[in-house]
Amino acid sequence: MKDKNELIKEQILYQSKVNVRKCMRCGKCSGTCPAYDEMEYHPHQFVYMVETGDIEPLLNSESLYKCLTCFACVDRCPRGVEPAKIVEAVRLTVIRQQGKNKLKPDDIPDIIDGEIPQQALVSAYRKFTK
Amino acid sequence: MKFLYYPGCTLKNKAKALDIYARECAEILGFELVEINDFQCCGGVFTTSADEIATKLAVVRALKAAKAAGMPLVTVCSACHNVIKQTNHAMQTDAVFADRVNRYLNDGDDYHGETKVYHYLEVLRDIIGFDKVKECVKYPLNMNIGAYYGCLMLRPGSVIEMDDAENPQIMEQLIKALGGRPVEYGNRNECCGGYVTVTDPGFARKRSRIIYESAETAGAEMIVTACPLCRYNLIKNGADIPVKYFTELLSKALIGEKE
Amino acid sequence: MQKIGVFVCHCGTNIAATVDVSAVAAALSAEPGVVFAREYQYMCSASGQDLIKDAIKEKELTGVVICSCSPRMHEATFRKAAASAGLNPYMVEIANIREQCSWVHKDKQSATEKAIILGRAAIAKVALNTPLKPGEIPVTKRALVIGGGIAGIQTALDIADAGFEVDIVEKKPTIGGKMAQLDKTFPTLDCAACILTPKMVEASQNEKIRIYSYSQVEAVGGFVGNFTVKIRKKARYVDETKCTGCGLCTEKCPVKNVPNEFNLGMNERHAVYIPFAQAVPKVAVIDADCCRMLKDGKCGLCSKLCGAGAIDYKQEDEIIENKYGAIVAATGYEPISLDKFDEFAYSKSKDVITSLQFERLMNAAGPTGGVLLRPSDNKHPKTIVFVQCVGSRCEAHAKKGKEYCSKICCMYTAKHAMLTREKYPDTDVYVFYIDVRTPGKNFDEFYRRAAEEYGVHYVKGMVGKICAEGDKLKVQASDLIADKQLHIDADLVVLAAAIEPDKSARPLATLLTASMDTNDFFTEAHPKLRPVESPTAGVFLSGCCQGPKDIPETVAQAGAAASKVIGLLCKDKLTANPCVAHADELMCNGCSTCENVCPYHAITYIDKEFKMPDRTVKVRRVAQVNPAVCQGCGACTVACPSKAMDLYGFSGKQIYAEVDAICR
Repeated sequence: MKDKNELIKEQILYQSKVNVRKCMRCGKCSGTCPAYDEMEYHPHQFVYMVETGDIEPLLNSESLYKCLTCFACVDRCPRGVEPAKIVEAVRLTVIRQQGKNKLKPDDIPDIIDGEIPQQALVSAYRKFTK
Repeated sequence: MKFLYYPGCTLKNKAKALDIYARECAEILGFELVEINDFQCCGGVFTTSADEIATKLAVVRALKAAKAAGMPLVTVCSACHNVIKQTNHAMQTDAVFADRVNRYLNDGDDYHGETKVYHYLEVLRDIIGFDKVKECVKYPLNMNIGAYYGCLMLRPGSVIEMDDAENPQIMEQLIKALGGRPVEYGNRNECCGGYVTVTDPGFARKRSRIIYESAETAGAEMIVTACPLCRYNLIKNGADIPVKYFTELLSKALIGEKE
Repeated sequence: MQKIGVFVCHCGTNIAATVDVSAVAAALSAEPGVVFAREYQYMCSASGQDLIKDAIKEKELTGVVICSCSPRMHEATFRKAAASAGLNPYMVEIANIREQCSWVHKDKQSATEKAIILGRAAIAKVALNTPLKPGEIPVTKRALVIGGGIAGIQTALDIADAGFEVDIVEKKPTIGGKMAQLDKTFPTLDCAACILTPKMVEASQNEKIRIYSYSQVEAVGGFVGNFTVKIRKKARYVDETKCTGCGLCTEKCPVKNVPNEFNLGMNERHAVYIPFAQAVPKVAVIDADCCRMLKDGKCGLCSKLCGAGAIDYKQEDEIIENKYGAIVAATGYEPISLDKFDEFAYSKSKDVITSLQFERLMNAAGPTGGVLLRPSDNKHPKTIVFVQCVGSRCEAHAKKGKEYCSKICCMYTAKHAMLTREKYPDTDVYVFYIDVRTPGKNFDEFYRRAAEEYGVHYVKGMVGKICAEGDKLKVQASDLIADKQLHIDADLVVLAAAIEPDKSARPLATLLTASMDTNDFFTEAHPKLRPVESPTAGVFLSGCCQGPKDIPETVAQAGAAASKVIGLLCKDKLTANPCVAHADELMCNGCSTCENVCPYHAITYIDKEFKMPDRTVKVRRVAQVNPAVCQGCGACTVACPSKAMDLYGFSGKQIYAEVDAICR
């Protein structure tokens, strides 16, 4: 029987289609990441920790909600690892669980300022809520 | 030439300017935008997860409508364009995903990414030509303008393929054609904070400040963008110079300032 | 009566682990004509060869089949063994059951089955082999070296030293190559010019060496020992025999804003120029794209000034044809274009430069006279960031960059950092690295000195983004050890660009019919055992055209290539391959098809008298093969519509017998 951690890793690799073994630990993703200082775990650590199966800390980290999906790491990685896709897969692993939505309908009224574009709300919903 | 036009939800609401000017100018430049019937929201962001089907169906329907109409699909909003391009790419390259989508839609017409997708800017550059745009300018802009690409319009570069993602020129070329002086600054292809403005406004403020300060330091008197969320973030977070949609600029140069 | 011996090699476990070698030997022993079959651990070993020799003598074998590795590996070994036992060496056939069987299959049963089939085919062929006697071909005792960098110069000097004549063809107006552009050389920090220019002068003064500068190879014909090469000597509009190199024209020429390629565009030169002070030949050249006289017919100042009367606006390209016994490719490298690397602001800021540009900035003969000033405003940079692996070690088939390690960057960056700190101790120097790779004598010590004695900040991590803002370069990078994102305001950024083979290498490889890898590096005949030979006989490799390498390694390889050339030129005759085509004149219909397909121009047609059955004499046009020129490729044999062409050692009958044996 595979343990839960291994199943999660398998699911993350399947969803993201990322081959984490391609990472050569250059750190360019974290060098380019605009959300670096907001994050507890950084793009290269997401890749490394998924590779080694140390996924639990990532599941519980606020870092999941700091990634801007700006794809800077995806485009600039010399090895084509695509770290943003790993972050997305880990985040989905969390928010797909019951009661784990990051953004709830009750939060919305306070956010609306009369100017905020619909795009912001639907995007945040896609990223943080299932 | 006729294009099936996908305006997207924001252009029907908070970003009406992006939409209206795009239509006006298309008429002047000699191409027709046929608005797609009953479009559904693209979702704003593409979910990279290969196992997500439902969140991508709305876009596949739009792509199929274009295929059926025999027209290319054109968008103005960076976000819609990004989602449509990435979804189309997935339909072209991910056989398992395409098969699932086709079986779910099951309407007898399988789709494999045949529709050609353009951003409005690409229509100007590749079909109309910036020379033609330049000929149509009545009111040259004559100011320093910093193009702001953000991330959605360029990346992932291998999928979006609009321009060199590290050294884009398409908006600078437009600014030049309109009689303005493009100002290039280092952060023009970095993220403004995007949707995080909803959950972490403080972080979005930091990001936006980096962007507009970079443009201002380089001497820009105005920032121009194709993304409603970029514009919102920059303005809300204190840009000291105007932030406009590229279509507003186009209209200003072709038609003149409205009262 | 055929008496065939079969020898099945284990190749350790290379073959034996995937192929049941005893089953192969047993199955093949039952084949018609086979009188002896056995297996052995290493057929190529001395005792393995003895086994073959003894069997030939004892069993009076008429043919030998060896089931082993590729014939490219050991065919020569086994033929020699057979010959020493008195058997004609062309009575030996190899069944390749390693590269074409055990290495590519996993399932033992099917691999064994395939090995048996391959052995059967070889037995069927050897039964029809005829003893062949190789002819001899003469050797032209002159070598051609293509490329005049340190690799080409050293190769030519070593060949000349052995007493053979050698020509260097260099496409630029001077020899010297990349090394001439370098400032100091690691790990001993000798000045590049001080150690290179004496060699350039030596090459130009050596009576055995001819230098064709500003020239390119246009066509290559012939084969090992007998190449015919056409060289295009481009018009330099200056008579080399008259020009004294005084440089007056290069000072007075009114066109003075041409980007100077020797300084990588960081300053300007005139339309008539001498690339650098120690150029060889020290002869001016007129850049036809910029010269007013050549473009519009207006000017002529240099001609008026030249006391030697060397300027010749009417000069034309000249084609020279020479014969050579051996050819050495020494075409070198170029840094890759960094146009696609604008995350580092390369095309946005003049102060983001390549390492080769940095060499020029540090060089006393460079655009700043050796004072480190940054290109944008000629100020001393106080903070310098070096970025390693720019375009090296990228994923396979990356849109930008190369998959390989460029090998020289870690060391030259350590050198740059060290020299900067030594000359300008108030400068902060950062080196961002993925790994520091310094294998080589005194190399790691050198790098450690940069860090320990000179205080260079080595940061494990990569730069992710550079923005040019005001007069600063905002460098954003990761420091993986500190787990931090760094933000450095730099004054100068130096990118260690990956290196790639010179663009002229690919078309040259086509001319030489020499093979290349997917990166356009020339392929060696064997990556370990024959590293300076191309698989094409008579073509040798020197320097970076074979793979990235530093100067010490290049010079060593240049010597090795020279020794191989000398080994070839020493011989008065070469053994010709007897497996050549021959025409059956009675069947030839004179159609010329074979002549047209022959890539070596080995076939000619003659009119020959034939006695007809009715006693009349008829003149017919028939094909004739020059066996010294034929390479045995077999193109003519398949093209011939009347089956008049056949190949010794690979006759149609033999091939059919092999096919029949496989299909049986």
